[in-house]
Amino acid sequence: MTNTVIWTIAIITVLGLLLALVLYLVAKKFKVEEDPRIDEVEKVMPGANCGGCGFAGCRAFSEAAVNSPDLEGIFCPVGGNDVMAKVASILGFEVKAKAPQVAVVRCNGTCEARPRVNEYDGFATCAVKAALYTGDTACAYGCLGCGDCVAACQFGALSMDPATGLPVVDEEKCTACGACVKACPKRIIELRPKGPRGMREVVSCMNKDKGPVAKKACANACIGCGLCEKTCTHAAITVEVNLAYIDPDKCKLCRECEAVCPTGAIHGVNFPKPLDKDAVKARIAERKKKAAEAAKAAAEAKAAEAALIAEAAKEDAHE
Amino acid sequence: MSKQSFAIGGVHPHDNKLARDCQTQVLPPAPTMYVSVAQHLGAPALPVVAVGDKVKVGQVLAGPGGFVSAYVHSPVSGTVKSIGPRPDLAGRPVTHIEIAVEGDEWMEGIDTSDRLITDIPVDNTAIIEQIHKAGVVGLGGATFPTHIKLSPPPGSKCERIIINGCECEPYLTSDYRVLLEKGEQVAVGAAIIAKVMGNVPCTIAIEENKPEAIAHMREVVAKLGYKTIEVMELKMRYPQGSEKQLIDAVMHRQVRSGGLPISVGAVVQNVGTALAVYEAVQKNKPLIDNTITVTGKCFPKQVNLQVRIGTPFSYIIDSLGGMPKEAAKVISGGPMMGKAVANLDATTLKGTSALLFLTEQETRRAPETACIRCGKCADACPMGLEPFLLQKLSRIADTEALEANAAQDCIECGCCLYSCPAHIPLLDIIRTGKGRALGAIKARAAAAKAAAEAANK
Amino acid sequence: MSKLIVSPSPHIHSKDSTRSLMLDVVIALLPAVLCSFVFYGWREILVMAVSVCSCLLLEWAITRFLLKKPSTLCDLSAVVTGILLGLNLPYTTPWWVVFIGAVVAIGVAKMTFGGLGQNIWNPALVGRVFLLVSFPTYMTTWSQPKSLFGLDAVTGPTPLGAINEGLMQGASVQDIMAQNGYNYGQMLFANLGGSAGEVCAIALLLGFVYLCVRRVIKPWITLSIFATVALTALIFWGINPARFTGPVFNLLTGGLILGACFMATDYVTSPMSLWGGVIFGVGIGFLTMMIRYFGSYPEGVSFAILIMNSFVPLLNRAFHQKKFGR
Repeated sequence: MTNTVIWTIAIITVLGLLLALVLYLVAKKFKVEEDPRIDEVEKVMPGANCGGCGFAGCRAFSEAAVNSPDLEGIFCPVGGNDVMAKVASILGFEVKAKAPQVAVVRCNGTCEARPRVNEYDGFATCAVKAALYTGDTACAYGCLGCGDCVAACQFGALSMDPATGLPVVDEEKCTACGACVKACPKRIIELRPKGPRGMREVVSCMNKDKGPVAKKACANACIGCGLCEKTCTHAAITVEVNLAYIDPDKCKLCRECEAVCPTGAIHGVNFPKPLDKDAVKARIAERKKKAAEAAKAAAEAKAAEAALIAEAAKEDAHE
Repeated sequence: MSKQSFAIGGVHPHDNKLARDCQTQVLPPAPTMYVSVAQHLGAPALPVVAVGDKVKVGQVLAGPGGFVSAYVHSPVSGTVKSIGPRPDLAGRPVTHIEIAVEGDEWMEGIDTSDRLITDIPVDNTAIIEQIHKAGVVGLGGATFPTHIKLSPPPGSKCERIIINGCECEPYLTSDYRVLLEKGEQVAVGAAIIAKVMGNVPCTIAIEENKPEAIAHMREVVAKLGYKTIEVMELKMRYPQGSEKQLIDAVMHRQVRSGGLPISVGAVVQNVGTALAVYEAVQKNKPLIDNTITVTGKCFPKQVNLQVRIGTPFSYIIDSLGGMPKEAAKVISGGPMMGKAVANLDATTLKGTSALLFLTEQETRRAPETACIRCGKCADACPMGLEPFLLQKLSRIADTEALEANAAQDCIECGCCLYSCPAHIPLLDIIRTGKGRALGAIKARAAAAKAAAEAANK
Repeated sequence: MSKLIVSPSPHIHSKDSTRSLMLDVVIALLPAVLCSFVFYGWREILVMAVSVCSCLLLEWAITRFLLKKPSTLCDLSAVVTGILLGLNLPYTTPWWVVFIGAVVAIGVAKMTFGGLGQNIWNPALVGRVFLLVSFPTYMTTWSQPKSLFGLDAVTGPTPLGAINEGLMQGASVQDIMAQNGYNYGQMLFANLGGSAGEVCAIALLLGFVYLCVRRVIKPWITLSIFATVALTALIFWGINPARFTGPVFNLLTGGLILGACFMATDYVTSPMSLWGGVIFGVGIGFLTMMIRYFGSYPEGVSFAILIMNSFVPLLNRAFHQKKFGR
């Protein structure tokens, strides 16, 4: 009995030592030399491995960051500026702060506004549906409603609203990794700057059809009428191919475009007060009136000047 | 001789050839016709007419937009009203040429008589040019321009022409009616194709469920004295009409993955294409009409219609008594590979073979349940693939594994989805996987080409 | 006009569904079930009823309360498991033992893996083997049957059990066979003793032929099991007929036919490819014979199938269908 115990212990000890030796040698022989900073960078990464940066995961991002000469084009959308500042300090760079972004769904074709004209009966993903046809509404540009973006989001920031049939972005959770942008076959999700205190104006439509066609397909569609473009005093809005676009860098959040939009395609979000359309319209009318008066006055002044000059010329001629 | 068929897989849906005994009728053109410029595989054709132009039947409306492209001719005489985007059957905007029909005036030089011309021109290049000029494309579904198919790459040798009269899709009877009513023309068309390819033997392949067509064609071939054309009876099995499967059935040769039929010495042409070739070469008539089957258990009339290309579906339906109430789905083509119509204002194309009406009960998909690993999809796949595996890989987007398991070989015949007892939408999912695998292969080829070019410089 | 339906092709579907396939299996099992009722009477009816009902109840309860998924009762897979479990038990099994078997079959072997299609081992067999190991007394005791139609039935140990016992006591196979008066004709029609489903080989084979004709299953797994059993038995029997039983005896006794026709061919737990299936069958046949000849259990079909079930993922990976043009 005692013998057995002793033998067992002895054999296991020897075996353990032998294996430890093998492991040590193998580790020594196959050791890969790596820049130790890669590990350091990886430590400060969020570790979501979402691929939002364009690399395969946080490790791949770290390698790319370490090997990059100036961190140009390398940005972790999830960690944002905080993480990038840490990464830069590890690698000895200075990092330029980037405005925080958020995913914005550019379709407001709710079930009500955008009636279904046929019924889809295939595999319920947007990718399959989009490959088959333009969708079950008359709008060829709008949300297909199968939730590929929701499935693509690793942060639980997207959900389908059963009432509207459209995806909703939870701004708290959204990291602007861009996975939803890539997943959407209709390309209706855009990463936009969050804006001051989250306030921003968006044209919530991607319909490039002519006005009547767009309007028939969806009551909330942008019909490309150009009212917003004319009203905007900051040159932030351009209408191209029957579709308005608000440049977030130029927009001053005056909400005038939102007030004049006849279909409600322009959405202002996170403003403290609801939009008083009439007040804004009155303000625009006032401004236009003043402008018109000013123009009229200027024209009159010009005419008077011209008359004066003409008179002077006449007098000159007489002399 | 025992009836032949292809080696792997296949399914046996009920053939439902409701319109088989219906004589082909001619449908007069609609008051306004819309001719699409994208009726063929490859680059869309480029319009050569302008708004306001008067056109005649058979006049060129659009010329080829690239090497793989085809001419598009006016199916009617009248005035060009507009040229612009119009939704196709899937709702996607495609350039259409709108023509207001006035009279029925044909271009000069088109022989519209019924006289059968059996003397084949001597010059092969002239024949191919004539086929090209007539805008003939493969009418079996893929609409690949025929003149390119008849000009095989140098170094390849054609050994046999196969005229595809399988019509293995349920419901469809247009090819069958063409064989019965225009068998002589098809036979001469086949002879022309066989001559162009170097006087090779030709097989007209017909499935066993069409014995009248087999007997008629045997008679026709004997009467015309074509010694090198044989009519072969094949077992009834879907998808026999698929190019690769048909070559396997007739010649017992399998086209390798990614290869062309010519690599095993075969050229396959559809019955309708043979007829179009006959009309183009012998009658100087471009491809401006085709025969389509309008059918369905819920559709009051079963007809085979000769329609001009560019006729709106809604016009065809209205002229036959309107949409039946029970119809829940309209399909352009057969029930296995046809496209569901989302827009009834879409028009017929060169490749349109049928309008099929299915009821909700016939077509509604049952809810997906768990895979029970029965392997029926793998048994049914005519390409010997494993759909249960491919759908799993497609869902996780594993491109590498998809390629290793030959997702790119899928011919989208629908046998897997048809046979799955768990009602898993296998093909829907595999299509995306196939796209991934093909994308990877193309990207690699492009990269290799770029590297080779860089090395040469 | 109501809205048109739009979907990718194909637009029609075969009439097969999981439910119709399972219904075919149930139909194929009916002859064997009826035979067991005829031979064993109301107690067998009770066992079968408890088995099927508890399988259904458990399936419903687990999907409803644990998985919170839509009910899968309609696919009839639980009925098949219930019938197979019932056929795999002696008719004398007390109802609560049957219930425990159902709990193991549905609850442990099927649902813990995620339900139908996900399980590695055949649920009914896991249930049976669990009972065999846990309650050997109930599972190997064969008392006087009370036949439904008053047929006079003789009881005793199963033929395999008798041989195993006899060999341990040093008797030769021929002696034991003669002693018990076994003949093959009787085995084919009324193989007394053992599990309820083993009673009538002809009824089982009838069901197997039905399944093959309806193309529900493919015969190669079953046939390769039979061939392997026969061949292995032939070799050993040829070497020493006093120590080893012969091929016909081995084919007809015990749960081999039930196992080969209905348990080994279970979709979920068998390989999909032809050669995978053949190797699967050869494995089952060989292991069965090894357990019968050399194991301490007289019967080894259940163990053999469960062991080979474990290899199915590997077999599926190793053997693929021949691809077109490759």
